[in-house]
Amino acid sequence: MAKRIDVSGLSAYYGSHKAIDDISMTVEPGSVTAFIGPSGCGKSTFLRTLNRMHEVTPGGRVEGKVMLDDENLYGSGVDPVTVRRTVGMVFQRPNPFPTMSIYDNVAAGLRLNGIRRKGELDTIVEKSLKGANLWNEVKDRLNKPGSGLSGGQQQRLCIARAIAVEPEVLLMDEPCSALDPISTLAIEDLIGELKERFTIVIVTHNMQQAARVSERTAFFNLAAVGQPGKLIEIDDTERIFANPSVQATEDYISGRFG
Amino acid sequence: MTNTAVDATASAARPASPRLATRRLPRWTPAAVAGGSIVVAVAIGAGADLHSHIQWGLIALLLFVGGSYAITARVEGRRQAKDRVATSLIWSAFILAVLPLYSLIETTIKQGAGVINGTFLTHSMKNVLTIEPGGGIYHAIIGTIEQVAIAAAIATPIGILTAVYLVEYGRGWLAKVVTFFVDVMTGIPSIVAGLFILSLWFILLDKAPQSGFAGSLALAILMTPIVVRSTEEMLKLVPNELREASFALGVPKWRTITKVVVPTAIGGITTGVMLALARIAGESAPVALLIYGAQYINNNPFKGPQESLPYYIYQQYVDGNPASYARAWGAALVLIAFVMILNLVARLIARWKAPQHSGR
Amino acid sequence: MTTTAPPPTAPPPHKAKTVTRPGDRIFSGLSRGSGIFVLVIMGAIALFLTIRAVSAISKDHANFFTTFEWNAALTPPQFGIAVLAYGTIVSAVIAMAIAVPIAVGIALFITHYAPRRLGDVIAYVIDLLAAVPSIIYGLWGALFLVPHLQGLNLWLNHYLGWTVIFHKSDPNSTPRSLFTVGILLAIMILPIITNVSREVIRQVPKMHEEAALALGATRWEVIRMSVLPFARSGIISASMLGLGRALGETMAVATVLSADSTLSAHLLDPGGGTFSQNIVAKFGEATNFGRDALIASGLVLFVITLLVNGAARLIIARRKEYSGANA
Repeated sequence: MAKRIDVSGLSAYYGSHKAIDDISMTVEPGSVTAFIGPSGCGKSTFLRTLNRMHEVTPGGRVEGKVMLDDENLYGSGVDPVTVRRTVGMVFQRPNPFPTMSIYDNVAAGLRLNGIRRKGELDTIVEKSLKGANLWNEVKDRLNKPGSGLSGGQQQRLCIARAIAVEPEVLLMDEPCSALDPISTLAIEDLIGELKERFTIVIVTHNMQQAARVSERTAFFNLAAVGQPGKLIEIDDTERIFANPSVQATEDYISGRFG
Repeated sequence: MTNTAVDATASAARPASPRLATRRLPRWTPAAVAGGSIVVAVAIGAGADLHSHIQWGLIALLLFVGGSYAITARVEGRRQAKDRVATSLIWSAFILAVLPLYSLIETTIKQGAGVINGTFLTHSMKNVLTIEPGGGIYHAIIGTIEQVAIAAAIATPIGILTAVYLVEYGRGWLAKVVTFFVDVMTGIPSIVAGLFILSLWFILLDKAPQSGFAGSLALAILMTPIVVRSTEEMLKLVPNELREASFALGVPKWRTITKVVVPTAIGGITTGVMLALARIAGESAPVALLIYGAQYINNNPFKGPQESLPYYIYQQYVDGNPASYARAWGAALVLIAFVMILNLVARLIARWKAPQHSGR
Repeated sequence: MTTTAPPPTAPPPHKAKTVTRPGDRIFSGLSRGSGIFVLVIMGAIALFLTIRAVSAISKDHANFFTTFEWNAALTPPQFGIAVLAYGTIVSAVIAMAIAVPIAVGIALFITHYAPRRLGDVIAYVIDLLAAVPSIIYGLWGALFLVPHLQGLNLWLNHYLGWTVIFHKSDPNSTPRSLFTVGILLAIMILPIITNVSREVIRQVPKMHEEAALALGATRWEVIRMSVLPFARSGIISASMLGLGRALGETMAVATVLSADSTLSAHLLDPGGGTFSQNIVAKFGEATNFGRDALIASGLVLFVITLLVNGAARLIIARRKEYSGANA
């Protein structure tokens, strides 16, 4: 179910500005990979190239290859809509559809894919909300609007919405940066459970979080403001935090800059 | 039990083939379908001997929407087909909106250009029989300029001061009420503004108004809320730091507003006033009720009936003969040109002044 | 000070020690006065129209609301607004039915479909449409649109005549009908609905659209799932602003409609009337009393547009507060 991501020679642009330069890496299936690095280093941009969300931004453009197992996301004849169904995403700020109920939020992606039978929807919605550790909190108010939940609950609702369509990969763009510590802990626990079913890539500003949730960590940096971001190194999380092979990584992790 | 059932449904939710690459139509498909629809529509139209070319267009449109749905649904699936239909409908909406504008401009230029000459612009309709060609719009131009100028002289200060009140002073319920009624005022039909001035004359002076000035008052009522709205927007764009910097220098508030805030926004305010001018210059309903229109030149806006360009067009239309229609088109072209030039100049001022707001 | 009354407990209205300069006082007084003046004008419009209208209606020997004919010159005078109200509302409804979907389509075209450059150009063209004076729409409508609609009229009559509303009693009559007026009004109110809808659609937070995109929604599904629900109330109020325009439009109706005092469900038949068209048409020959009668019908129009516009503005204001608190 979970798939391997193999990126080679990937660069992304905003208009004429190059945001990330020539990135190659492999993300193992069924594991958590964390992206860390200073602000503006392009880690979020890179994440968004993994489900073709980058090209949604006006002027956004990508070069290079992203292989999902044996298929190139940017190959000819590939529909970005299909890609995004296969590679789910959770955003920095919780963004449940404000006009939809909790139930409809989770069911939104399923309905897009033509699942309309009530029983089938009910089952998957319950399963997804349980999967996001939210079921017990919302099972009595599934028809209330999703915007009435707390920030942490909203974020778990968004995770439930993303996993309801059973993607192969789950991308998370700083999913906890707008949340309080308790909600953050709940999400981190959830990530630990989800990695058995999905390949997870998470961008985070919080290095402890990277250390807690991920098996592999990639460090991004940029030479100077206005320069494109680069991948400095990717390695087992333990090694990155204990004994990185590049000096810049150690400087960043030990708080000497960034 | 539930577990296996759930897994079964979940896997049923997945498409049979997890491949990302799907069958897709080439990029030139919409163009090809459009071309094909037009050809077929023309064939049908000519074959069935339909006179109206609008019908040909409608047939082409229907063929295009139906055709793209059918082809896309076959090759890419129903969701993509729906998307494609939405796209073609939205494009059609755009074309439907552009057609009347194009036709309106084209007709006005075609019918009006031949009429306009030196005589047309410099003569009135005095002693001109309506069924004969000749005569002109000079008296109407004079009337429009005077009426609009007086309206602007009244509405501009009131409008700007009201906007200053709303942005710089307005707190509490009064500001809220004023904002609300300014908004509602923008929606007052021009005929109602005319009727109001009419009743004002009846009640206060006990006679019917018959002067450019009365019309100007009605136009001022229509213009004021537009000026308020646009000025308000511009004043809100002035950064607060400017005000604070001025206060910090010990400049009193009213001098801060007159010397710092308003001058900073003056470009945008001018644009707003000119757009409002362009709007009221085309109003004819109040003129019909208050100024009556005249065939001759009357330079005095305070006494006696006057002409105005839009009302002149109406009168010539009502006369209903080829010569008067021609004059109507000629005047329409002049009026459209006048309004468009005002618009263009207003926008140029806005653009030319815009870079000074570095905040945007 | 000989009174023994206790000093007022509330602090004096002036903040302690603030010196109000004469310049400040005059200027703030002026600007505040202008704001109040706007309110006074609105009040005066309502008051003056009502005074004249009441005097006219009190002499009306027919029911003002249910009478078809407008014979203010008769002795005793008999006039009513039934036909006018019907015509005004029907033509405005036709205009809305045509204009709203197209306007929303164009707004979406500008914001979501057209390349940015093209979108800007179209927005500008739409602004130009808004700037064309209504009398020119009227002239174009009467001399160009009316003859060109004959084909469509016959077609509608032929295929949809059974619906009654599209039945044309005399196929050869010129289409100076409420239906044609509705089409012309649709063209005229298109810009305002488009512009306001475009603004609210622009305000839809990017993150809601991205949420739908990330679920694998096509562009149309994004619009249906996140854009339209969020913009719905804004689009409704935009439409109501357009409705207000359509209700009050004068000259374009006066030139196109061949008016009489029939009230017919056959929209393609010439005849009928609207408030403002009737005012312009009857004004020239009206006596002073006749003008008062027309003012009475104008008052009804004023009240209707006031309600429509007020409701539209309230919806916009509520929506602003809502999205402001949400942001």
